[in-house]
Amino acid sequence: MEFSRRDTLVLGLGAAVATVLPFRAFAAADEAIAAFTGGAEMGAGGITLTAPEIAENGNTVPISVSAAGAASIIVLASGNPTPEVATFNFGELAGSQDAATRMRLAGTQDVIAIAKMADGSFVKASSTVKVTIGGCGG
Amino acid sequence: MASGVKPRVKAPKKAAAGEIVTIKTLISHKMESGQRKNKDGSPIPRSIINRFTCDFNGKNVIDIEMAPAISTNPYFQFDAMIPEAGDMVFTWHDDDGDVYSTTKSIAIG
Amino acid sequence: MKIKALTAIAAVLLSAPTFVAADENAELIVNGEIEIVTKTAAPAHLAGALDEILSGWRFRADETQSLQTDDFDNPAMIFVDQGMDDWGTVDGSEGKSCASCHGDVEESMAGVRAEYPKWNDTAGEVRTIAQMVNECRTDRMGAEAHGYTSAKMARMEALISVQSRGMPVNVAIDGPAADMWEQGKEMFYSRTGQLELSCASCHEENYGNRIRSDHLSQGQINGFPVYRLKNAKLTTPHGRFKGCVRDTRAETYSPGSDDFVALELYVASRGNGLSVEGVSVRN
Repeated sequence: MEFSRRDTLVLGLGAAVATVLPFRAFAAADEAIAAFTGGAEMGAGGITLTAPEIAENGNTVPISVSAAGAASIIVLASGNPTPEVATFNFGELAGSQDAATRMRLAGTQDVIAIAKMADGSFVKASSTVKVTIGGCGG
Repeated sequence: MASGVKPRVKAPKKAAAGEIVTIKTLISHKMESGQRKNKDGSPIPRSIINRFTCDFNGKNVIDIEMAPAISTNPYFQFDAMIPEAGDMVFTWHDDDGDVYSTTKSIAIG
Repeated sequence: MKIKALTAIAAVLLSAPTFVAADENAELIVNGEIEIVTKTAAPAHLAGALDEILSGWRFRADETQSLQTDDFDNPAMIFVDQGMDDWGTVDGSEGKSCASCHGDVEESMAGVRAEYPKWNDTAGEVRTIAQMVNECRTDRMGAEAHGYTSAKMARMEALISVQSRGMPVNVAIDGPAADMWEQGKEMFYSRTGQLELSCASCHEENYGNRIRSDHLSQGQINGFPVYRLKNAKLTTPHGRFKGCVRDTRAETYSPGSDDFVALELYVASRGNGLSVEGVSVRN
């Protein structure tokens, strides 16, 4: 079968859609959030979550969190088989309430960061990270 | 230390009293998530480092609870306040009970 | 339904790119001091084929690129540390370590990686670093050879590679190495396998394009050994070649074989002028 230009372009667009893994979200993330906050309301603002818009590789995704005045920050991956990623508990000699790490993402999903502030209140930030399929495994 | 597990830490050799310094830590560890399967389909059990701590002269800088979603060869970057000269102790706690540790001395100057 | 291989590839490559951002003008400086040349004029032997050569670093996302800027951000450095431990560890019947003969690795191995693969007069053939390491181990240390693409060999290559970091790749393609170089060149341009692809099909004719969402590079090896994010460990050139050839659905070659030594010599020479980056971080 010879491919016309139209066929090739249609195939190409289909392939583009297929390179981004489908969005994932599971209820377990809500439970993990409730365990951290005790069901308390979460405000917005006062917490920054930095994550790439598109992850080069889902196996190693650099992220960082920052929430001045926080006692601890939890990071969750709402679309992973288990949502917990890490909980950063800042000690008395912490130089800031910033931390960075590298995480695994099973597919395109929201990464969520929630800070427990010194006064017991909670603030939340989230970021959608697209995870793609590469062409060359090797 | 269990074989093959090696920490690598960036900490300054000296700081001014009260200075805030950036610490970077890496450790070689597979972080077997428990999601992978053997060729015969049976699951490979989880085996990760589940906690990392950094203390300076006995006071805590940071204490991180780690889950299987932390990538292989876990990396952390954070800031520490250095009030005086002393030893910064880093520990990594393995699911299997091993604790890996390294210490960096920081002088004031 | 018979689909022409090239048209099928074209269909995939034409897909609207899901963009992994990379800053076109970024330069790589390691630890604030080692300047790494990641883009330069192509060497003379590539006249007509390529004007400019680009390190694989330039094709990766910003976040991936930044992992190489600091030796404490670069996950591959833990393996360099392990290689350093191996360097000083006695192994084999002769009771020697690498250090027993080679002393300080920073002195004895400076500039070595930049010239390999290289003609070896005593051996009468072109040698790779891995072959030299194993010859030392078996003939002079009385130790077992490392698996050619094993973790132990990869970290020794990583340790040796770092001693040439920032130096320009400079492999000889003339004189006694010429025959092997020609063999490697022929392999690079030969179409093989079910998809009838040659190395050049992707890495010379289509670098910069996407294959699904992967950003195709020129296939340079100045960055090897490389820490691949996808499996979080070090990969060596023959290890990568083997996988690449297999991915084009061709029968792949054996690491350490003459075929791959020839290919490594040729591919290394395509990067003459780029800085040795090893150890690098890629997808």
